[in-house]
Amino acid sequence: MSPLTGYLLLSAMIFSIGLAGALSRRNAILVLIGIELMLNAANLNFIAFCRYGPNPAALTGIMFTIFSIGIAAAEAAVGLGIILAVYRHTKNTDLDQMNSMKG
Amino acid sequence: MSAQTVDQVFVLTKAWLMGHVPAAFQPIASAVLSVVPVLLVFPLLFAITTVLERKGLGRMQNRYGPNRVGPYGFLQPMADGIKSLTKEDIIPRSADAVVHFLAPLLLVLASFLAYAVLPIGRNMVITDLNSGVLFFFAIGSMIELAVFMAGWSSRSKYSLLGAMRAVAQMISYEIPLVLSAIVVIMAAGTLSTVAIVNMQAVYTHWLPHWFVFTPWGFCGFILFMIAATAESNRSPFDLPEGESEIIAGYYIEYSGFKFALFFLGEYLGMFATSGLAITLFLGGWSSPFSFLTWIPSYIWFFGKLLAFIAAFIWVRGTFPRLRMDQLMGLAWKFMLPMTLLNVFDVGIWHLMPHGILRWIVCTAFLILPAYLLSRTLNRKQKLQVRTYRYAD
Amino acid sequence: MGLRNLIHCVLALTLGFVGLAMLYLELGAQFVGFTQILVYVGAVAILSVFAIMMTRSAGPNAEPALSASWISGLVVAGATFAVLAWAIISSNITTAASDQPEVSVKAIGNALMHNYAVPLEIMGLLLTAALIGAVIVAMPQEKAQ
Repeated sequence: MSPLTGYLLLSAMIFSIGLAGALSRRNAILVLIGIELMLNAANLNFIAFCRYGPNPAALTGIMFTIFSIGIAAAEAAVGLGIILAVYRHTKNTDLDQMNSMKG
Repeated sequence: MSAQTVDQVFVLTKAWLMGHVPAAFQPIASAVLSVVPVLLVFPLLFAITTVLERKGLGRMQNRYGPNRVGPYGFLQPMADGIKSLTKEDIIPRSADAVVHFLAPLLLVLASFLAYAVLPIGRNMVITDLNSGVLFFFAIGSMIELAVFMAGWSSRSKYSLLGAMRAVAQMISYEIPLVLSAIVVIMAAGTLSTVAIVNMQAVYTHWLPHWFVFTPWGFCGFILFMIAATAESNRSPFDLPEGESEIIAGYYIEYSGFKFALFFLGEYLGMFATSGLAITLFLGGWSSPFSFLTWIPSYIWFFGKLLAFIAAFIWVRGTFPRLRMDQLMGLAWKFMLPMTLLNVFDVGIWHLMPHGILRWIVCTAFLILPAYLLSRTLNRKQKLQVRTYRYAD
Repeated sequence: MGLRNLIHCVLALTLGFVGLAMLYLELGAQFVGFTQILVYVGAVAILSVFAIMMTRSAGPNAEPALSASWISGLVVAGATFAVLAWAIISSNITTAASDQPEVSVKAIGNALMHNYAVPLEIMGLLLTAALIGAVIVAMPQEKAQ
C-alpha cells in the first residue's frame, strides 16, 4: 500500500467520522463541528494528491486547500451566528425539536 | 580569540560536540543540543525578570521591592520557586480534571515552541523555517486556546469571565499584530526570520538598515509593541488578570506549581513577542553601529531584549489600566485602520524612487490619519445601561 | 464525536486539527499547515467554544446526547466509508517520484497573484460578506413593541 493510499484512507475515515457526527448528534453546534471535520478531510486529500500526484508544480492542491480553509472559516462563522439566532428564538439547540417551519 | 570566534562560540561548541556523537544519533543530538540552551536561558531570564520587575515597580511606586533574600533581593526567585513547588496543589471538586491539568501545560508548550524561529545570534537559530513568521503567529493562536481552557475548566464564574475577556482581548489584538508584521514581510519579501535579519544587517555610512528607521517600520514597530503588550495580557491591558479587579482572572483556581507555570508562560510569551519585534524591526542580532560589530551577536540580542523588558516594566508602572470597552475600541477603531494604512504606506515606499520625497510622503501619510483618528476617538461617549450578552 | 461534554468535543476537534497540520507539514506543505493552525485552532475552535458558552450547552444536561435517528446516521457513515475505502484500494493510482522539493511561499504568492487572482478577490468579497452577515444574524434585535 503506497503512502498515497494510506493518506486517502485516513482522509476517508475522517470524513466518515465527521459524517457520523453530523448525522447522529442532537446539538446543532456538533453538527457544524462534523461539517468542519469533513472539510478538513477533503483538504487532506488535496494536499496528499499535490504531493504524490502527477503534477506538483501546478500547486493546485495547495491553492484549493488555502481557499477551502478560508471558506470553512467563513461558513463556521455564519453557521454559528445562525445557531445563536435560532437559540435566541427557541431557547434550545436541540435539532430534533426544530422540526417545524412556523416560527 | 578573535571577535569572530567569540561570536560563534556556541555554534563551534555544538559542532565539536556533534563530532563525538555516533552517526545514527546525529539528528536527535543536533535537535537536543539546539533546544537545551534555549530551555535553560529563557526560564533563567524569566526568574531575573520577576525580581527586576518587582524592584522596578517598587521604586516607581516609591517603595523598595523585595530586599530580604540575597543581596538587594536578587535571590527572590529562588524563594518564589521553593514556595510554588511546595504549595499544595488544589483542584476544585467541580473542576474538569483533565482540561484543568492540560491547560498550563499547553500554555507553556506553546510559549516555548515560539522560540524555535527566533535567530538569537549569527547562525544561531533552532530551525530556519521557510515560513517562520507564520509559524510564530500560529503558535500564538494556540496560546489563546490554552487560556480559555484554563478559565473554563475551573468552573468558577470569575475564572470563566476572566477567560472570556482574555480571549476576546487576545483575538482582537491578534489582527493588528499580524498586520503590523506584514509590512516587514512585504518589504523583505520573505517569511523566513533568518533572511529578514540578514537583510537588516547591512550598513550604509555606519547606520544599519533596520526596518525601524523607516516611516512605515517605525509606525509598524509602535503598533506591534502595543499589540504585543495586549496579547500577553500585560499592563495597561491586564484587565483579564487584574489583581484588583477579579483577583486573578482565569487562573484563580490554580495553586502551587501550575500557577507558576502560568506565570512562566505569560512571561515567555512576552519575551517571544519582544524577540520577534527585535527580529522584524530592530535587526535581530546586528549591532546599531558598524564600528561596534566586534561585540558578539547574541550579546546584542539579549541587550535589546533587556531593553524591551525594562520598557515593559516601565509602562506597567506608569499607565493606568484600560477598561474593556476602551481596549476593544483601541484595537478595532484605531489600530486596525492604522495597520492597514501602514500596509499601503510600505507599498508606496516600495514603488517610489529613492530620495527624500518618499520619506516625506510616507511620513505624512501616516501621521495625518493617526492624528485624525485619535481626535475622533476622544469624543465623549454616552454611557449606556449595561446589558448582558447571553443569547437570550 | 462520541464525547458527552461539548467542550471536550471541541477540544478533541482541536487535537484533530493539530494532527492534520502535522500531516500537512510532513507532506511538505508548510504554509498550509501553519495556516491551518492559525485559522482553525486560533479562530474556528475559539468561535465554537464561544458559541457553546453563549447557548449554554456546556453544562451537564439531562437530555440524551444522540439524536433519535442515530442508528441510521451511523449506518450511512459506515456505508460511505466502506464505499470510499473500496474505491481507494481497488484503484491503481501511480505515485510520482519520491522527493518533491518543498513548495516555497514565494511560489504560492506568485500563483495567488497571477493565476488565482480572481479567486483571491472573490474570497475577499466572500469573507467580507460572511463577516457582515454573521454580525447581522447574531445581533440582538431590539423589540419592536
